[in-house]
Amino acid sequence: MSAVVPVSGPHIRTESSIPQLMFGVLVALVPATLYGFYLFGWPAINLFCVTVLACLAGEIFGLWLSGRSLRTFLGDGSGLLTGWLLALSLPPWAPWWIGVLGGLFAVIVGKQIFGGIGQNVFNPAMLARVALLVSFPVEMTLWLEPQPLFSAQAPGFFESLAITFSGLIAPDSASGASILGYVKTELAREQALEQVLEGHYQPLRTGLGAIPGSLGETSALLLTIGGIWLLLQRLITWHIPVALLGTVAVLAGGFHWLDPQQFADPMLHLLSGSLIMGAFFIATDPVTSPTTKTGQLVFGAGCGALIYVIRTWGGYPEGVAFAVVLMNAFTPVIDHYLRPRIYGRKRSGQPLPIKRTRDEKS
Amino acid sequence: MFVMFAAIASLTLLGLALGFLLGLAARYLKVETDPVADKIESLLSGANCGQCGLPGCAPAAEALAKGEAPITLCPPGGKVLVEQLADILGVSVDLSEVPDSEPRIAYINEDLCIGCARCGKQCSLDAILGASKQIHTILDEVCNGCGHCVEVCPTECLQLQIITPTLKTWHWPKPAALHA
Amino acid sequence: MKLFGFRGGVHPPTHKELSAAKPIERLPLPKTLYVPLQQHVGAPATALVQVGQQVLKGELLGHSQGKVSAPVHAPTSGVVAAITEVTAAHPSGLSVLAVVIETDGEERWPDSDPPPDPFSLPPEEVAKQVADAGIVGLGGACFPSAVKLDLARREGVHTVLINGAECEPYLTGDDRLMRELPEQIIDGVLLVRHATQACRALIVVEDNKPEAIAALTAASQDCAEIKVVKVPTRYPMGSDKQMIQMVMGQEVPAGARSPETGVVVYNVGTAYAVHRALRFGQPLLSRIVTVSGEAVANPCNLEVPIGTPVAELLAYCGYQPEHTDRLLMGGPMMGLPLPNTTVPIVKGLNGVLALTAAEVAEQPSHPCVRCGRCVDACPMGLMPVELAKRSEHGDVDGALSFGLETCMVCGSCAYACPAHIPIVQYLESAKGELAERASVEKKAQATRRAAEQHQARLEREERAKAEAAARRKAERAARNKKAKKASV
Repeated sequence: MSAVVPVSGPHIRTESSIPQLMFGVLVALVPATLYGFYLFGWPAINLFCVTVLACLAGEIFGLWLSGRSLRTFLGDGSGLLTGWLLALSLPPWAPWWIGVLGGLFAVIVGKQIFGGIGQNVFNPAMLARVALLVSFPVEMTLWLEPQPLFSAQAPGFFESLAITFSGLIAPDSASGASILGYVKTELAREQALEQVLEGHYQPLRTGLGAIPGSLGETSALLLTIGGIWLLLQRLITWHIPVALLGTVAVLAGGFHWLDPQQFADPMLHLLSGSLIMGAFFIATDPVTSPTTKTGQLVFGAGCGALIYVIRTWGGYPEGVAFAVVLMNAFTPVIDHYLRPRIYGRKRSGQPLPIKRTRDEKS
Repeated sequence: MFVMFAAIASLTLLGLALGFLLGLAARYLKVETDPVADKIESLLSGANCGQCGLPGCAPAAEALAKGEAPITLCPPGGKVLVEQLADILGVSVDLSEVPDSEPRIAYINEDLCIGCARCGKQCSLDAILGASKQIHTILDEVCNGCGHCVEVCPTECLQLQIITPTLKTWHWPKPAALHA
Repeated sequence: MKLFGFRGGVHPPTHKELSAAKPIERLPLPKTLYVPLQQHVGAPATALVQVGQQVLKGELLGHSQGKVSAPVHAPTSGVVAAITEVTAAHPSGLSVLAVVIETDGEERWPDSDPPPDPFSLPPEEVAKQVADAGIVGLGGACFPSAVKLDLARREGVHTVLINGAECEPYLTGDDRLMRELPEQIIDGVLLVRHATQACRALIVVEDNKPEAIAALTAASQDCAEIKVVKVPTRYPMGSDKQMIQMVMGQEVPAGARSPETGVVVYNVGTAYAVHRALRFGQPLLSRIVTVSGEAVANPCNLEVPIGTPVAELLAYCGYQPEHTDRLLMGGPMMGLPLPNTTVPIVKGLNGVLALTAAEVAEQPSHPCVRCGRCVDACPMGLMPVELAKRSEHGDVDGALSFGLETCMVCGSCAYACPAHIPIVQYLESAKGELAERASVEKKAQATRRAAEQHQARLEREERAKAEAAARRKAERAARNKKAKKASV
């Protein structure tokens, strides 16, 4: 017998690979990211770089501790993707330490502690976002009106360094509120929705993304384009995004129909906050979502329902991160119960009864 | 004051009641279990071959039940036995770390056999066939490779051989390495 | 015809263009043939010839023992040079007993009468002749065909499916056979239908073989009971269970065999072999083998005598060992690595592939990210991700709870896996461990029984000894008494 271990089939493999999967998602994020840079200027670029570098540093540290190959595991692009997604979800002018803490938390606590890529229960980027939101509510909800790069009121490069690294607070004139946050506070003051929204919400402007919001999550349009590209490239499947967006739309539509003065219309829900980002880029993370298609539908619907519930009745105006992290915890249960039916067996696992098909000629 | 006594009294009562219930449960809902040693002995071959270093299967079962012997002690039992023992004794075992013991089997070189029939007397499984002055053969499907016969063979025609895989028994090994 | 579809499957690049246009050629007769006595599932045949004996083409070399077995015949005339061990067509590189024939190049057949019209024979007799011809399933499963014919007739099947899907990439032997010899195949199909007493036969061909479909349709015009069914190209269409699901819209229940549901599946090559056996009395002596891959200069479809060493085929096709990364027998999805090139061609070997490193495109595997593509790809509805994880850690019971025994190792999961995890090999090793566990359990039982019998024997002997002693004592006492009496 030969000493080498014989290699079994299949002897040909699909061309896709893990790095290709990860970098594909990054490519899909590029338009929204560049738009975010344009919208919020140099401080946003600074924060983005700091966050991504912190994630990579955390990844390298974790790999070094566990003695794994840097080339293989850093090269798979998963650490980069985590940092990228986290950066896009932060308030654009947040101080540097938010990015550093978030990045390290995401990779070390969110991923490496579980055993690295593929082992984590929760989406690392969203786990970090939740942790930051709970720990630093002020910094994490500091929204501002877009100040496009090279426009008159935009800070220059050196000014931006001061904003990011020494905590220079943005002038009051610049600060704004996200549409979801604004609706929430005004509704709490028992205002009717119609008056609240007047002058504050134009669906077109919201959809395009020239509004206060997270660094890379404001443009529903560009994110949708990226998401559709991912679908066309078969890097994700439609199940989670459709189930998630569909559930939010149906719930929002239903409640809006019941009481238009209390509940915002589905369009506002779909276009604002992190919803599109969450549906295409966050909830579709393969590691933390179910493996079966039925499971993915349930998972997406669960995320959608939780998002609507948190947005409407919860203490926070936005619930994507919380909803995804909560549903992540259910993923193993979903995978356990929603297995595909095995060929020749019933769902219960019992063999199918032996049935003679009818003779077609007799 | 009254409140304090009421609290003490009610908690005491509660404790007593629950304790009583537990006592009843222990008495009437007792699970009759086989003594562990008997259960283990029924898994061992009963060949008393001594490969574990203990005088026989019954003592081995006792030692296992007391936790004095490792669950990997029985070579003829192989991985299957290790798994069963781990199950009974509630020990966790990573089977991928249990080395595949190489099962052996006695083999007679028929050119050297003089038919002395000494080996047959040693075999606790009657796995050696052959009358006096005749060439002997081993019943492969029964022999568990204890090697007692090898010790008495005057011509050294008896040997223990590692069972080599055949086309029927060969199976795929695990893949060589996962990560490059 | 209405098609139903099956779950999962993959679309690997077919690479059939390498050899699909090449007509079937006969390989020049090799000097020496090594005919293994075991070429099928079931019990091996025993050699009936002696070294030095002259054999004629088609003469019986080995006889079947047991029910599931098939005889082996001399692929050509010549002299038996030896009966020895050769490397088996098996990934282990273990050897198998083979009859070595020095060919004389005369291809002499024994004298025999032309066989009677097979349609005048009773079905049992047709099945018996198929058994005597040593025909096994030529799709690769190697199950003795006659056993299946009898089973199908007993179960009263209504439909015979003729498998011309050839879903494995690279392989084009069945395609060529269907294009070149459609009449003979149709005749074989009619014979199979006669032997099984089924009322119709459907020839199932993937839609990437339009020429084969056209040829068969033309050849079967006059047979109302035969229909050619075009199915979409998708791996593993050629698997019995998937084909039945696709065409009949029914599943084979777990633990049941397809004839029990009224359907039986034969390969087109098998149908052709049945035609040769019943019309000309020729046993299965050769088969069509596709030699392909980027590391052979001239990919071919060859008709090869059983027992030809792989090296002869490779030499004929311009094999370039320096470019070869992997040498395979069978297709690239379920094929097996060739231990070396001395391996003889056996009845179930449908292809020899020499793949370059670029074709194999081996990549280091990454950890699983649970993307679920294996779950989508599995035609059996399993969760390969869970099976592989458990098999990797030696947890055979865990793997069983996820349906390990249902897996047919088609390789769709491992093909689709972006992390390039060798899922199939993990599952194969777990299946092996399962089989080993069963045999160890069986041995333990045998040992336990032997120990008990030994104990019982010792006790019996002990008792017999004690009884004998008691008897002797009693006799002695009686004798003493008598003596005493006498002395008194």
